[in-house]
Amino acid sequence: MSSGENHLSELARDIVRRAVAAGAGDAECTIEEGDEFSANVRMRELENLKEAGSRAAGLRIVRGQRTGSSYTSDLSEEGIARLVKSAIELADVTTDDPHAGLPEPEELGAIEGDLRLFSADVDTLDTEGRIALARRAEAAALDADPRITNSEGASFDSYAGRHIFANSRGFAGDYRSSSCSLSVVPVAKDGESMERDFWYHSARSLGRLEAPEQIGRTAAARALRRLNPVKVATQKVPVVFEPRVAASLVENLFEAVHGMMIYRHESFLAGKLGERVASEKLSLIDDATVPGGFGTSPFDDEGVASRRTVVIEGGVLKSYLLNTYAARKLGMKTTGNASRGLTGNAGIGHGNFFFANGVLPPERIIAGIADGFYVTELIGMGVNIVTGDYSRGAVGLWIRNGELAFAVSEVTIAGKLQDMLMGVEEVGDDLEFRGSVAAPTLKIGEMTVGGK
Amino acid sequence: MRFSESIFSTRFQIARHDLENHLAEALSAGGDYADLYFEYLLTSSIGIDESMVKSVTEGVSVGVGVRVIAGERTGYAYSDDLSPEKIRKAARVAAHIAAGPSHVDKVSLNEGQGHNLYAVAMAPTETAFSERVELVKRADRAARAYDPRIFQVQASYADNLREVMVATSEGVLTLDRQPLARLSVSALARVEGGEPQRGHAGGGGRVDLDFFLREKTPEYFAREAAREAVAMLDSVAAPAGEMTVVLGPGWPGILLHEAVGHGLEADFNRKGVSAFSGRMGQRVASELCTVIDDGTISNRRGSLNVDDEGHPTRRNVLIENGVLTGYLQDKLSSRLMKSASTGSGRRESYAHVPMPRMTNTFMLAGQSDPADIIRSVPKGLYCANFGGGQVDITSGNFVFSASESYLIEDGKLTRPVRNATLIGNGPEALKYVSMVGNDLRLDEGIGICGKEGQSVPVGVGIPTLKIDKMTVGGTQ
Repeated sequence: MSSGENHLSELARDIVRRAVAAGAGDAECTIEEGDEFSANVRMRELENLKEAGSRAAGLRIVRGQRTGSSYTSDLSEEGIARLVKSAIELADVTTDDPHAGLPEPEELGAIEGDLRLFSADVDTLDTEGRIALARRAEAAALDADPRITNSEGASFDSYAGRHIFANSRGFAGDYRSSSCSLSVVPVAKDGESMERDFWYHSARSLGRLEAPEQIGRTAAARALRRLNPVKVATQKVPVVFEPRVAASLVENLFEAVHGMMIYRHESFLAGKLGERVASEKLSLIDDATVPGGFGTSPFDDEGVASRRTVVIEGGVLKSYLLNTYAARKLGMKTTGNASRGLTGNAGIGHGNFFFANGVLPPERIIAGIADGFYVTELIGMGVNIVTGDYSRGAVGLWIRNGELAFAVSEVTIAGKLQDMLMGVEEVGDDLEFRGSVAAPTLKIGEMTVGGK
Repeated sequence: MRFSESIFSTRFQIARHDLENHLAEALSAGGDYADLYFEYLLTSSIGIDESMVKSVTEGVSVGVGVRVIAGERTGYAYSDDLSPEKIRKAARVAAHIAAGPSHVDKVSLNEGQGHNLYAVAMAPTETAFSERVELVKRADRAARAYDPRIFQVQASYADNLREVMVATSEGVLTLDRQPLARLSVSALARVEGGEPQRGHAGGGGRVDLDFFLREKTPEYFAREAAREAVAMLDSVAAPAGEMTVVLGPGWPGILLHEAVGHGLEADFNRKGVSAFSGRMGQRVASELCTVIDDGTISNRRGSLNVDDEGHPTRRNVLIENGVLTGYLQDKLSSRLMKSASTGSGRRESYAHVPMPRMTNTFMLAGQSDPADIIRSVPKGLYCANFGGGQVDITSGNFVFSASESYLIEDGKLTRPVRNATLIGNGPEALKYVSMVGNDLRLDEGIGICGKEGQSVPVGVGIPTLKIDKMTVGGTQ
């Protein structure tokens, strides 16, 4: 990739210059290039190998108060000419929007220093070595217990790429990033009962990836504890979200504090800035500056420096997540959360987005519950951010007298996000990042479990 | 379309013998089967928000995927550069999956025939942007005019034109030109002091732009979105627990997609990880249920002339009178299970490996009058419209979320209910189907199905269905 890097940075600046020369008042260009690799092993045999590289460019132009966007994977002279012409022409069919446009020049910038987003070691292992990692992870799951009779396989995936961004207000930046991950999906069987679960780990560097055996054994234990589930009766009980599931609440809240959802009044948190919206035990933080994090970047997708934003502090809503457009609509300043693919207006993304760690070990949280539901997986899309109505399919373990007693499935948990947030009674001390979204164990005072 | 007229021949200067050479290269390490999937994709999208057309985009993506199968193993590589050197390199990378001497002398390609299910003279992607922009503007106006309580409207229109070419080491060369368009409208309604409610509607298919001008207009979708938002203003929270559920016709057919469709995809069954594994010939639904997956319905969103492995699509019977009769097969699974392909091998793009997927999945109409079905329920829930769903293939548990439903009390629809998630178990849920309406309807054309990170357009449909027992996940 080294020979291409200067070329692509120059290409991005050149595309911006050509767009301005063709009549754009402002222009911004994104180029992504990357190499992906994936090896999949199933029942101890190699099943799939995939390897490829790709690159593509996106352009957005502003002409007066109108914008047009285009993208192409064809970086030939002909392809670039079409890219520029297309974005310019498309601006003609959009509407004047007084809030459209690039960030102000003084808002542009990047975090200095090494954010440890790239590690060359993801490329050093040969194909056989990568397959061996997947094989070891799956073998650890298959060998963990005789009831692990089948598997959907284990995968080793890696990625190395470069993100390049330039605009007509003088910003030009680029950064490399890498990642690798190992995941296992074992299937447990006992009589008629068949259940699968998964476990994984990801890291920016191969050296920091957890041992395959540990990932495999955890995956097996997770599948085994789901066997012979019971469908419990419909009732209202305390609900505990394990960290992987609690992280899905962080994702729900991302939509609820998303600047575009706020100015359109599409979120139950619109207009609630400064108000108490959650238990005082809950703080929600977005931090794109953590070295090595999966949500870390030196600048956002509009060329604004990344930062740390406290969204909820001690239960009080302190900030929304904003890009330039949403900020202008709301009379605020961007929080450096612009995000986009190659094309279109900037949307909003998050950095490392998480509930702050609590103080209670998860075992102590469970020990304090006489009758409750410990949720280990949620399925379905039953979360309405407009109203806060929440209803999802759930799998987990029933808590009886402070202990995890038996497996539960084919039930739902339901409530209102407003009440769930206010009802957080305990926050675990087990915050850990396996991706850009994370949460410790959470206990919610009461939700409706829908079953028999 | 003929090879010689395709963009791959005319613009990218690819000759038939190039394809034959690339396939030979892919099999040079001894694989059993290889294919090349070329894709030239044009996309456009238009968005209106606050009555302003804020976003118009257009894009081009080109690439080729090379796949080699050796026994149960698959090697895959792709390139976004169609030069012969880059395709050859991808073929060599994919060939690594096999280890041995080549046993293929030469591949000779012959052009295969598919259906002609979407004879669209001019694809929407090829029309003037000004005409397409008018669609979202009309939708915005109509939704706002529907009711003064509507205060936010967003409409989006997206289309694409995909030219594909599949060349296989079995000597088949197929080409297809696949147009697709979709218009979606989302509306928010509010009364003073109350919480806002959302309504959503949309549709489209493998159609020309005339579809939106004559058959299903922007006003049709806009009014439907606005109607749902306004209806939900009076809604109550969903009930919780087991009850009788009646599903309205059309999009609620997502039940079939989640409850049985995914579980019948051959890859899961070949591996024995589906709740339906080993149940062929067994009763998995009430005898009133016959479930079909049909990729050959003209102009439907889920239809294809040929699947993404070059096989003509088919009408496949999955469940007949309650008995499991068929799986959805792709090339790899059908080879390993020694069965015929069902034309169900699909992929998101050239960068993705094909796998068995659904096309248009629906249940055949029954005998009952839909009004009689509702009248027969003393207490239950009627679901008219849905958001999305998800299934755990292995346990068979699935959920789907109703965006618009109504309480049934004494055989009549009463209060609207919001956000009712329904949960059930695939091989069990359809055994409780006790009445099937005579009103089969396919959805409007908005479905997107996700599997292992790949999204493909699909369709669903059902007649009105009465399910005697299903768990509703509300709070009341």
